[in-house]
Amino acid sequence: MSAAARLYRRSPLARTLFSFFTVALVFLIFADLEIATVDPWDEFGRLLTGIVTPDFFATENLISALVNTLAFAFLGVAFGVGFGFLLALGFHSRAVRTFCVVVRAVHELFWALIFLQLFGLSPLTGILAIGIPYAGIVAKVFAEILEEADGRAVDAAPSGASRLSTLLFVRLPDVWSHFRTYALYRLECGLRSSAVLGFVGLPTLGFHLETAFRQGRYSEVSALLILFYVIIASQRLWARRQLVPVYLIGAALVLPWATHISGANITRFLTIDIVPFPLRNGDGISGLIDWLWLLISTQALPGSIATIQLTMIALVATGFLSALMFPFISPQMFGRPVRGISHFALVVIRSTPEYILAFVFLQLWGPSMLPAIVALALHNGAIIGHLIGRHTETLALRADAPTGLNRYAYELLPRVYRNLLALLFYRWEVIMRETAILGILGIATLGFYVDSAFAELRFDRAIFLIALTAVLNIAIDVTSRRVRAYLRLRTTLEGR
Amino acid sequence: MHILDLAGVPAGYVGRPVLQDIHLRIETGERIAIVGESGAGKTTLLRLIREHCTAPTAIIPQDLGLVQALSVFHNVYMGQLHNRSTLHNLRTLFWPAVRDVDAVRSVLTPLRLPDEIFSAVRRLSGGQQQRTAVARALFNDAPVLIGDEPVSAVDDHQAREVLSLASTQKETVIVALHDRALALSFADRIIGLKDGKVALDTLTAGLQPGDLDGLYKS
Repeated sequence: MSAAARLYRRSPLARTLFSFFTVALVFLIFADLEIATVDPWDEFGRLLTGIVTPDFFATENLISALVNTLAFAFLGVAFGVGFGFLLALGFHSRAVRTFCVVVRAVHELFWALIFLQLFGLSPLTGILAIGIPYAGIVAKVFAEILEEADGRAVDAAPSGASRLSTLLFVRLPDVWSHFRTYALYRLECGLRSSAVLGFVGLPTLGFHLETAFRQGRYSEVSALLILFYVIIASQRLWARRQLVPVYLIGAALVLPWATHISGANITRFLTIDIVPFPLRNGDGISGLIDWLWLLISTQALPGSIATIQLTMIALVATGFLSALMFPFISPQMFGRPVRGISHFALVVIRSTPEYILAFVFLQLWGPSMLPAIVALALHNGAIIGHLIGRHTETLALRADAPTGLNRYAYELLPRVYRNLLALLFYRWEVIMRETAILGILGIATLGFYVDSAFAELRFDRAIFLIALTAVLNIAIDVTSRRVRAYLRLRTTLEGR
Repeated sequence: MHILDLAGVPAGYVGRPVLQDIHLRIETGERIAIVGESGAGKTTLLRLIREHCTAPTAIIPQDLGLVQALSVFHNVYMGQLHNRSTLHNLRTLFWPAVRDVDAVRSVLTPLRLPDEIFSAVRRLSGGQQQRTAVARALFNDAPVLIGDEPVSAVDDHQAREVLSLASTQKETVIVALHDRALALSFADRIIGLKDGKVALDTLTAGLQPGDLDGLYKS
């Protein structure tokens, strides 16, 4: 046996990575990566010109778009964190845990598409679209924080104390700062989600971004994005505890509540529209089977295959890209100037939602998997690259450690690759959720069929397909947890 | 021929003892042991020597500086990274050449580690890890070896073995040791530090462990 073969014979990690890599490669061979636009670089040139010449006065919509984006984010995240906190307290119940798994397996945009049918363009649509899935995520993380908290204080509490007293006096004080940090992080995610909700018609940033993009007004695109980055980058300055009530009341005041919500509409949607057509029509079980077969063979199956295909390619691409990105912000590799520029680039890339990145690349290259792969890998690669790069700041290398590429390959990568993989597998489910949603942009993943079903008012199909995305997400979540446990990969709170 | 000539260089590092007024000249071929209480400035002096040494050095830091996730082979191979092309080094990470494996094994054999060559370092005992760090420094072709307590985690017999191995393979050896008897038996010159100053700098011939007591009693 050769030396190398012996090196890897015993390594489950190397074998696992090799399988992932092979799967992605096979999928890549069958992927449609064609650039369909006639002059992609020409358009790119115009976009770049627009980016460097932002026009902050192109439209008075700019301010209202930002205000609405903030307002939906505040109320949605507040709902999600509050509801999630309550759910976390009941996390020992199986029903609560299942509820959380299901609500967070459905993407915000799918929730928005559903709530649009129920509440129309009422602010409730946006708030719940963010708040419901966030509640599921927040509940899980808060419950984990509570679980990891020091149990000794609880043991020391008087045995007769009520559960609420124990919670308030003993358990919460210790974990409160973790909760606050995580809520702040959720607010950042909420801003991105809120911006993206514009793409399905809510009056946030995405709405104006899409319009400006379609009309080629790139200076306006640039202004919208720059203001968005400024808001996210300055979050630490304005996100203050004392100001929370001001923001929440302000947000509630600026949103247009006047929209009429029809109770009959809601009832109709929940009791008739989403019931599979053959059942509604009295076609019985055989009718239902035909309906299912047609839906599965023409939409669910091809959609699922494309979703998994894109997810696997994007996952592996994200891994490579994050390994490529982190050295540029690592003090072990580069001096201040390079690191400064790289930090800036990573902040911009990871602040831009995948959906918006994919939208931009789609405009440039036309509909294929390429824009989606690049968008997913860039965004997630920048997030992981940032965390790993920061992690290398804590490494102490020996005084005569090698330099350059040798240092990267022998000293840095071997020390951080397990953390990198832990984060990567942790984001597997996130990538899957986003992949499904990118279908709305015209890539043939499940989101594409969901969006078409909504457009054709076939809500029974839409709900079935959304449920399918949820099942896929849960399956990936379980698989990812198994893989991480098998490879003994651990993520820290910061990585969630 | 000397490899180091310090004349009154001050040395102070944040959080480490400050050395004062160091006058030190080291010739090629010397076997030097640096002794003194912990906190006397041994590590700082070694760092100073490394920085001013005119010949290439291979070091064994106190914390070893091993990459836990890599195999013993790769950690030892790192001693020669600077002599191979980067392309060859990258290839070696995934597909080591038989020639390199044999070369590394021949360094590991006298250190009693040949069977662990493909074990990840994190699975080794403290003593094995320390010998891996020694192997890395020996695999490095630099003529000067600088070690900071390089044998603190191995037993007395092995410690003597390791130090004599180092002496046969390196032109000049400079090590910090806390074991006074070991220092006297290995070195031909002793440098004793006390409160950041060179309190003793003499040939070991005829010296007894008790003669070093002055360095330790305050």
